[in-house]
Amino acid sequence: MSEIKELSTPAEAAVERWEQETLAPVLRQRPERREKFETVSLDSVERLYTPADIADIDFARDTTFPGEFPYTRGIHPTGYRGKLWTMRQFAGYGTPEETNARFKYLLEHGQNGLSVAYDLPTLMGYDADSLLSEGEVGKCGVAVSSLADMEVLFDGIPLEQVTVSQTINAPASVLLAMYLVVAEKQGANFNKISGTLQNDILKEYIAQKEWIYPIRPAMKLVVDTFEFCTKHVPKYNPISVSGYHIREAGATALQELAFTLRDGIEYVQWGMDAGLDVDEFVPRISFFFNAHNDFFEEIAKYRAARRIWAHAMRERFNAKNPHTLQLRFHTQTAGVSLTVQQPLNNIVRVAIQALAGVLGGTQSLHTDSYDEALALPTDQAALIALRTQQIIAEETGVVNTIDPLGGSYFIEALTKKMEDGALDYFNKIDSLGGMVAAVEKGFPQREIQDSAYQYQKAVERGAQTIVGVNKYVMEDEQGKIDILKIDEAARERQVTRLQQTKARRDNGAVANALEKLKRAAVDNENTMPATIEAVRAYATLGEICDALRDVYGLYEEPAF
Amino acid sequence: MPEQKIRVLVAKPGLDGHDRGAKIIARALRDAGMEVIYTGLRQTPEMIAAAALQEDVDAVGVSILSGAHNTLCPRIVGLLRERGMNDCLVLVGGIVPKEDIARLKEQGVAEVFLPGTSTEDIINFLRANVRPRT
Repeated sequence: MSEIKELSTPAEAAVERWEQETLAPVLRQRPERREKFETVSLDSVERLYTPADIADIDFARDTTFPGEFPYTRGIHPTGYRGKLWTMRQFAGYGTPEETNARFKYLLEHGQNGLSVAYDLPTLMGYDADSLLSEGEVGKCGVAVSSLADMEVLFDGIPLEQVTVSQTINAPASVLLAMYLVVAEKQGANFNKISGTLQNDILKEYIAQKEWIYPIRPAMKLVVDTFEFCTKHVPKYNPISVSGYHIREAGATALQELAFTLRDGIEYVQWGMDAGLDVDEFVPRISFFFNAHNDFFEEIAKYRAARRIWAHAMRERFNAKNPHTLQLRFHTQTAGVSLTVQQPLNNIVRVAIQALAGVLGGTQSLHTDSYDEALALPTDQAALIALRTQQIIAEETGVVNTIDPLGGSYFIEALTKKMEDGALDYFNKIDSLGGMVAAVEKGFPQREIQDSAYQYQKAVERGAQTIVGVNKYVMEDEQGKIDILKIDEAARERQVTRLQQTKARRDNGAVANALEKLKRAAVDNENTMPATIEAVRAYATLGEICDALRDVYGLYEEPAF
Repeated sequence: MPEQKIRVLVAKPGLDGHDRGAKIIARALRDAGMEVIYTGLRQTPEMIAAAALQEDVDAVGVSILSGAHNTLCPRIVGLLRERGMNDCLVLVGGIVPKEDIARLKEQGVAEVFLPGTSTEDIINFLRANVRPRT
């Protein structure tokens, strides 16, 4: 036998001594509650983390200081001492009038940024009067079919001062055009307009499934917005690369991290292939992550995300601008973790998830409302969600020091594990030919479906506890909670405005603008100028998307 | 004689793309020995009823999270009955407010399963309620 036993380091020797002298006698008397402890992403969580677990982490290389490469501890040298995160609650339902009122309510109560939720017809590029829109208008968000709706939505909200995030993907370039035209009508200067367009089409094919066109032309539309915004709306974030939906669809924290960042790399690659300068457009790329239940793993995920991105931008793309290297992100608590059963428990879940986002250094945060497993939130539920953020920010003291968990043996070791796991996924995706190719082959989709199924099985055999659902169940739940009802008349009102808009506009101008847009698409030119012209002429969302459908065709999902 | 397998169509009507639940159910029913056909996303009630007839299923599981259930579910039931599928059960899963559940049942929906339901409960419901073929 020639096996060579490696000598323990002093750190390891210290742990061995503790295990033998102090731990072992206790374990003999009373074993632990479980044989194995694990997280959603990691097979095992150790009993104790010590200096031995972070021996391969070099503080000067991997951790460093806030505001310095690779930004593990945050992108700002002052953390939340300089500026708190933006409290940005996602809202939208019914008609533009109703959502405009909710926006004003949130702003009056101390929220400092807006975030628009659009309804499904809008997300899919259909007008309110389309047959396919029946039953869906205003249900999951606000209905917007043309510039006329957008004008109402932002009435009395100065777009030069309030930053607005728009959750819109397949038809994102059209909604961006509507937003810019409304801003222009308000007299806003494009150089001052800030805000974010979700515009992350890759995660639609991977997880959220609200697509219109095939992947490659859809990616081209995304690149058009990069190019346009870099030139004309320099402070605007034309994309929010989103792990949120990937997680909601069932991915683990590690898969969320890996697929999202690899999506980000794909967008950078496509932008560069279109001739954009990495240090000009990438600083405006932002990210969007989920905050789920496994507290420390989530914090490690955010810290790892910053480190991976900084390295990827420098090493893959030779980026030099510090803003290119700095990953900025929005966080939303996990809608999928909310339960119908004992819904007030959701307030607690949301608070803990939100705290993870804050300890991970998020730039902005949405906290879910406790009634969201039942319906869209009521005013009261939305207010508690906002108050949750205010309590974290102003009562708990967690904002007083930067990256307060940095240096924790556990957090640093987890951060490294997340980073290593994500890089393994990168290798796999690179070997498939990049993310677009991987999606076409169904790779991330299958990984996520498998995780979702495993999770469901873990819940059903009780390995994963959900309080109120598979443990501490109350058979006769009393307590009725009020829920928001969407007026079924929203569709009629929207259809009426659509008809009025069509009657008032210059139909010749609309037809010309749509023709121009098609030509731009066929000739592979940037579609943004023609889209803006069409929007200005009050061409509807459905008409504009139809023009592009004619040119690009429709996406078809691979068989299940 | 082997027992005949229960045949289920898992359907996603409406514009909503949230298919995590539908796919988990499809897989769980398949693992429980049933024949499962998944329609894919964005099927109209007409398409769903036609598929149910063509596949001669015992039950249609409708997954819907967008709030459009009051419009879409009764129409699916109506179209199935028009096609003579009187014994075909229609189950609904998704985000459905309590007060809508009673109405959906009056309109012919056999059961509504809310978030947090175990796949076991759905399997048991199907086994108990699908009418044996004659």
